[in-house]
Amino acid sequence: MNRRALAVYSAAALAFLHLPLLVLIAFSFNSGRFTVWEGFSLHWYREAFADRQLSEGLANSLIIALVAAPLSTVIGTLAAYGMWKRQARVLSGTLYLSLVTPEIVTGVSLLALFQWTFRFLRLPLGLHTVIVAHVAFSIAYVAIVISARLRNYDRSLEEAALDLGASEWGAFLRVTLPILAPAIAAAGLLALVVSFDDYVITSLVAGVDSETLPMAIYAMARRGVSPVVNAVSALIVVAFGLLILVSQRLQDK
Amino acid sequence: MNSVLELRGVAKEFPGHRAVDSVSLTLERGGFYALLGPSGCGKTTTLRMIGGFEQPTSGEVVLNGAVVNGLKPWQRDVCTVFQNYALFPHLTALRNVEFGLRERGVRDSEARAMKALELVQLAGKRANLPAQLSGGEKQRVALARSLVLEPQLLLLDEPLAALDPGLRKQMRAELKAMQRQTGITFLFVTHDQEEALSMSDFLAVMNKGRIEQFGTAEDVYLRPATAFVAGFLGAINWFGGAGVRPESTRVSREQPDGVPGRRGSVESLLFLGNCIHLNAKLDDGARAVAELSREENDFREGEPVWIHWRACDEMRFK
Amino acid sequence: MSARSWYLLPARVWMAIFFAAPLGIVCAYSFLTRGDYGGVEQPWTIENYTRLADPLYLTILWRSLWIAGLATALCALLGFPLALFIARSGRYRNLLLQLVLLPFWTSFLVRTYAWLFILRDTGLINTILLRLHLIAAPLQFLYNDGAVLLGLVYNFLPFFVLPMYATLERLDVALLEAAADLGARPFATLRRVVIPISAPGIAAGSVLVFIPCLGAYLTPDLLGGGKSVMLGNLVQNQFTNARDWPFGSAASLLLMLASALLLAALMRSRVAQELM
Repeated sequence: MNRRALAVYSAAALAFLHLPLLVLIAFSFNSGRFTVWEGFSLHWYREAFADRQLSEGLANSLIIALVAAPLSTVIGTLAAYGMWKRQARVLSGTLYLSLVTPEIVTGVSLLALFQWTFRFLRLPLGLHTVIVAHVAFSIAYVAIVISARLRNYDRSLEEAALDLGASEWGAFLRVTLPILAPAIAAAGLLALVVSFDDYVITSLVAGVDSETLPMAIYAMARRGVSPVVNAVSALIVVAFGLLILVSQRLQDK
Repeated sequence: MNSVLELRGVAKEFPGHRAVDSVSLTLERGGFYALLGPSGCGKTTTLRMIGGFEQPTSGEVVLNGAVVNGLKPWQRDVCTVFQNYALFPHLTALRNVEFGLRERGVRDSEARAMKALELVQLAGKRANLPAQLSGGEKQRVALARSLVLEPQLLLLDEPLAALDPGLRKQMRAELKAMQRQTGITFLFVTHDQEEALSMSDFLAVMNKGRIEQFGTAEDVYLRPATAFVAGFLGAINWFGGAGVRPESTRVSREQPDGVPGRRGSVESLLFLGNCIHLNAKLDDGARAVAELSREENDFREGEPVWIHWRACDEMRFK
Repeated sequence: MSARSWYLLPARVWMAIFFAAPLGIVCAYSFLTRGDYGGVEQPWTIENYTRLADPLYLTILWRSLWIAGLATALCALLGFPLALFIARSGRYRNLLLQLVLLPFWTSFLVRTYAWLFILRDTGLINTILLRLHLIAAPLQFLYNDGAVLLGLVYNFLPFFVLPMYATLERLDVALLEAAADLGARPFATLRRVVIPISAPGIAAGSVLVFIPCLGAYLTPDLLGGGKSVMLGNLVQNQFTNARDWPFGSAASLLLMLASALLLAALMRSRVAQELM
């Protein structure tokens, strides 16, 4: 196979994948409003930090993520562990299905559920419904990360613990959990990112007062040209990039 | 020019080590040749350079009188049987054998492939996928796949290594017969000296990237050129600077006269079925192995004995 | 209930209440009727499904299918050589994979917005073309099927490259050498050996791209404007503006069913089992 041709092509393909984001980030530093370079400026970043809608969105997103992520991490870890110990076809099938179901379908179905419960519980849409939704779709991601780690895990470690007198729960707590710790942290970070980034499902179940950062960005993007969106995007790219990098490092342990 | 292959000072450098160090070799048409040596000696690299999968860093590979250095594998009239056979998993045995013929656009490719399969006695398995074939069968399909193209030279990379020991002996005879029948020059690479000795007309013994000796099985075994060759081709006892094969090493209770010898005691006796290996510990601390027939052995462990040999059986090296 | 089941309990409960039940509700709604004020009420009917056969909605269905299909084909065409290159790159493999995945780890919204930024009337491409005097007025790149296609391929290319790489990486190099040895030039080896052997990987990667593309919502929404309506947009519209939840439910279920069937087919294949 002509290696050089492949290399050139691959470089082009990688450029295709990266250039749009680089362009976006580059122009976040443009003092001008449009895509004509007028000089370097941090003006848009200042505006981004000053924007109320964005700040509120950020606050909401953080609250949601910081509640949903730990919750889904715990549930997902236990589930992955349970499935590793014994096959649970229905649950694993459901989790895969949740990964594959189009977000719009998950979103409207949750909306239908909340509207239905609203009739009985008088619970409006808000941060709590978003959190619940986020946990629901994050569990599968966590389970995948933990399952991957468990695949290389030696069963005889727990058996040795049992042999030495530990209970099943004790073996899990004192032997497996510490070993899984890096993977759990990685899964948690992933759940954070996934929750933070979600737009489709959140927009459907958020209600009026719980606008998240993606929703705020979407609204701005829809309104028209604004490099403030570029600035926010750049910040998100860096933030997510760092979180994912750390997550990958933890998974390699 | 009757030589089918000539290697002229062929060398291969990888970053960090010199895999093949100036190898020169001439193979005559129609022979069964072997490259023998321990792992890491450069024999496989040499084979790959002949096949076109590696390029020599210096020297020339000459096929049928023409230098083929720059030519790719598909441009060379050489075929390789790979160590793990490399049968295409998605094709049946027949289609595997037919592969090269179809590439050439030969019209009666299927008939020819069938004939090749019949040659290796696998006509009945023509519709089987590689996953449905045994190790020995896969090897024969790989062989047929290469032979059907009637190359000038057939290269075999440790062809018997992946087979069970019993099957290995059977395949040795079959490979030899195949070569005689087709008349194609075979060059195979192995680390098993028994294989090389029993199958080849001529063999080259390689060590650390160089050919230490090239000759017939007899030459190499009885008249090794270097200490390495002597030790690699078979067991050898070292008595000072002289090497003596176990089958030339004798044991007796009394000191023999007129022949070189050493004193020692019997350490252990190993019954190998067709002969006995007597392991002796010599007075000077060295060890020696003597091969005795069952009748010759009436020694006991711990007995003091004399180890001796004929001076003409000594092998000495610089 | 054995001790082991306790571990599974939280997930089972959560998924039952917040994933399975909602889908059940949607399923039920799809057979009910829209109320006067946008609610959901009896009678039970299959009218929502028959309504999907209306030419207006068939267009949307058809557009979703062919955009998803074309996006998948493009991802396969563009992704295969990339995956091949990475599989052959020895010690740079992991680095290259990270590079392919890196954009994926940023926000989906941001990635889609990036194309908005580049393609709009005041976007980068138009600006450059105007500056170079190649055009007199901005060209319309957005708000059509092509823009949606571009956005989808951009976002889901890694979804194809990854499983494709996994399959190609396991391909025995000796097979390639054997093919060359038997007379096949590089392209013939690709055609007769590499592609047939890696066909399961190609199928798996394709399914992993097709399913999310079929159910795309954000991409056609942002990049297609109102002009390139896919099933996802239809569903969203029915549940918000149009307030026809039964009909939206029917469309959702259709989408759901297609995704689930494809997933089942994928899970059956051996490749999927090896990959997961």
